[in-house]
Amino acid sequence: MGIICTMARRELGAYFLSPIAYAVIAIYLFAAGLAFGLGTFANSAEASLRNLLEFWMVLILVFVLPMLTMRLISDELRSGTIETLMTAPVTESQIVLGKFFGAFAFYLVLLATLAIYPILLEMYGDMDYKLLFCNVMGLVLLGGLYIATSLFFSACTKHQVIAVLASFFLLALMTFASQGLAQQFDGAIRAALQQLSVRTHYMDFVRGLIDTNHVVFFVTTTSLFLFLTVKRLEMQRWQ
Amino acid sequence: MVRVENLTKRYGSFLAVDNISFAVQRGGVLGFLGPNGAGKTTTIRILSCFHPASGGSATIGGYDVFRQSIDVRRRVGYLPESTPLYPEMRAREYLQFRGKLRGMSRDERTSGIRRVAERCWLGSFIDRPINQLSKGMKQRVGLADAMLHDPDLLILDEPTIGLDPTQIRETRNLIKDLGERHTVMLSSHILSEVEQICDQTIIIAAGKIVATGSPQDLRDRFSEQGRVVAEIKAEHKDIEEETRKITGIQQVTLADANGWVRTTVSAKAGCDVREDLFKLAKEKNWALRELRREGATLEDFFIKVTAEQQTVRAQ
Repeated sequence: MGIICTMARRELGAYFLSPIAYAVIAIYLFAAGLAFGLGTFANSAEASLRNLLEFWMVLILVFVLPMLTMRLISDELRSGTIETLMTAPVTESQIVLGKFFGAFAFYLVLLATLAIYPILLEMYGDMDYKLLFCNVMGLVLLGGLYIATSLFFSACTKHQVIAVLASFFLLALMTFASQGLAQQFDGAIRAALQQLSVRTHYMDFVRGLIDTNHVVFFVTTTSLFLFLTVKRLEMQRWQ
Repeated sequence: MVRVENLTKRYGSFLAVDNISFAVQRGGVLGFLGPNGAGKTTTIRILSCFHPASGGSATIGGYDVFRQSIDVRRRVGYLPESTPLYPEMRAREYLQFRGKLRGMSRDERTSGIRRVAERCWLGSFIDRPINQLSKGMKQRVGLADAMLHDPDLLILDEPTIGLDPTQIRETRNLIKDLGERHTVMLSSHILSEVEQICDQTIIIAAGKIVATGSPQDLRDRFSEQGRVVAEIKAEHKDIEEETRKITGIQQVTLADANGWVRTTVSAKAGCDVREDLFKLAKEKNWALRELRREGATLEDFFIKVTAEQQTVRAQ
């Protein structure tokens, strides 16, 4: 536990020293602000976060989280620091979990900046805080899955660009395309693709519904990708 | 301290390390010498638990590098060849981080960092970001990290590569010093380096061990013909006649050098004829301006080994 915490703190610290991270934050804040401003302050729009969270926020995260995660293992493979890391008395699981929680903590910081929007809405109407709680929970679970997926690709290659492109592709596929693909099939395949659609699982949180089915989906898929990342690092030793 | 038995490592069809065995006693500096591509780094990576071996076994302090990997890693300090560090961190932060990874307590880290900062002359550089440090300073930070937890065994892969001559000398002195308290294993492709700082040498080529022993042993073994050069002022005929009487001398060649006679004599292995030559010159009242043993025959051997490796690899 101590080692995971040490790893996570180093990664979190590295974000605040990285120019790329600041560029990504800037893009993120701008995009979220634009989506909120144009969507919510349009004529006759409803004063809620729904417009932002339903589509725009998901799209932003599909791009932003891989960019924040790509460096985590890729950079260690490129610079050779993986050698000092993997010859220290730490296990692959500790490395992967440490990096995951480091990125996750940084993501929580990003989410905290969104607090400005509920505050703005409070000025124009009454915020439903129970709904907000569900929304935040949805974003936290969604972000966890996206980070774990990107972390896996980061462990696959020493080229950060390849890692980030592969992550974009898979995340976009899981989030937006699987629903459309499901329409092309019948029966079991259709049901499976619908179950795999990340956005379907996420939408109930936006509506204010916490369904254990969805929570289990996010927790298991996130764990699956973390497990694959650990296996990938173990394989790294044999190459 | 280190016991390696029939260790083998393959990368696909390429045999990087071919069935090597050796043992290292506690204390002292062991030099792992060989041309580039001989299998030094591969062996070191197996011992430092970075790569698993394809066959054979290796233990460090009684722990198996594969099955008890974490126990081994706790007891080993390893400096990889390229000295990888996190550029955005300050040296002190980096050492703190590495200490925490090794499970050192706050007090152990504080005293450990003070100790290694002093030994590796980090000075005020310890509070500078690593990406602002010179190559030599980075090397010292890497070395400080490897020593931080006071390991039983220090493994250094090409510790002087890329340093300037002053830094090389300092690093060599440091390693020699370390050998008094720790067991140090270092790899190098520079013969004179190993001769200077190592107590024991393993010469490896094409994945195989070709020779082991102390540098002195190896030098004696491979310099079968101890050649001595003397510059004497006397008649050719006299020199030839008298030197041949010395026991152990096999061959004498003479050459003129500005009025002096450059006398090169070859003696039997293990025979040092310098004293005899001096006594002879004294007895005959010859002027003697130079008397030395022709060294660096270990280098000849090393070059031969390197050439052999190339032919083996080419086949």
